[in-house]
Amino acid sequence: MATRTLEKTTEEILDLAATHFKVARANLTAGDDFYKTLGIDSLQALELLTRLENHFGVELPDYEVQGVSDFRTLATRIQSRL
Amino acid sequence: MSGSEKNLQWQIADGVIELALDRSPANEIGLAMLDDLERFVAALPEMESQASALIIYSKQNSGFSAGADLRELYTLAQRMDSDSAMKGVRQFLERIHAVLNRIDMSPLTTIAAVHGVCFGGGFELALTCDLIVADKMARFCFPELRLGLIPGFGGIPRLRRDIGNAGVRDLLLTGRSLNATKALAVGLASQLAAEGESLRLARATAAQVTKFDRGASAAAKVFIKPFPEDQLRLEIDIFCDLFAQPAVMQGLRKFVENSGAHPYLP
Repeated sequence: MATRTLEKTTEEILDLAATHFKVARANLTAGDDFYKTLGIDSLQALELLTRLENHFGVELPDYEVQGVSDFRTLATRIQSRL
Repeated sequence: MSGSEKNLQWQIADGVIELALDRSPANEIGLAMLDDLERFVAALPEMESQASALIIYSKQNSGFSAGADLRELYTLAQRMDSDSAMKGVRQFLERIHAVLNRIDMSPLTTIAAVHGVCFGGGFELALTCDLIVADKMARFCFPELRLGLIPGFGGIPRLRRDIGNAGVRDLLLTGRSLNATKALAVGLASQLAAEGESLRLARATAAQVTKFDRGASAAAKVFIKPFPEDQLRLEIDIFCDLFAQPAVMQGLRKFVENSGAHPYLP
């Protein structure tokens, strides 16, 4: 049973993304395309993936996030491994 | 003693050789990097006589190495007929194997200080080392099966030498990347470094190594680092057979033509 709610997981992802990619937290919402909002390429997306794995203590296989580009869906992928 | 090529720099100080990979954007290993690696390997015997350890690291922020230069591979292959392309691929593999085999068999204690991406051929370079010190932001991956290939720079034989087969299957058959914590858990990495600290930890490890008798360390490696020669030869043959399949060029074309930020591979 997950100890975090999906909302809390999403908030933590947004906080982490804002901090590490130097974007104002107020400018990020769950439905954003993080490639566009953060202005990142595929290598930086891997960096985000690694930061999320380290933060939540989970493994996120690449194929599970393939095609995922919004924070909310990313949160659901993480949530299913908490 | 030091050397500087377009994509590499090396120096020796206090019994430790440091080889820095330095090709933008992510130390892709193509013909130019191979030329430079061959020059390093040619200079290695003289340096080895004065050293106890070798550290390989990257000066690129993106990571240790993203692996083979697939854009160059595709471009060169497109210019040639299929027989010439196959001959070129085999020649490249023979050359890179000679380089990596030489590093693998060095009598020194060899340490890869890894941060960021450590994919494909870059991962294979790290696997030639005795120890991998992994930054917590490092990521290891063999994505070759996504292109219809297997790793071609000695990856499977060297990975099998170091970790259990279940871990090898996980990495190879899913093509997923592993973070440093997982790499440590499966025995791939020997130390986990805080972000930005892998080179410092590698240097501290190398300094420890220099306290030991060089001959004793080299003698120990005879038992703990077997050289998988037959498997490495077989790998080249299988890679070339697979490279001849049309799906490989289609996969490479998809990679080269992809201009979006999203990962291109299935």
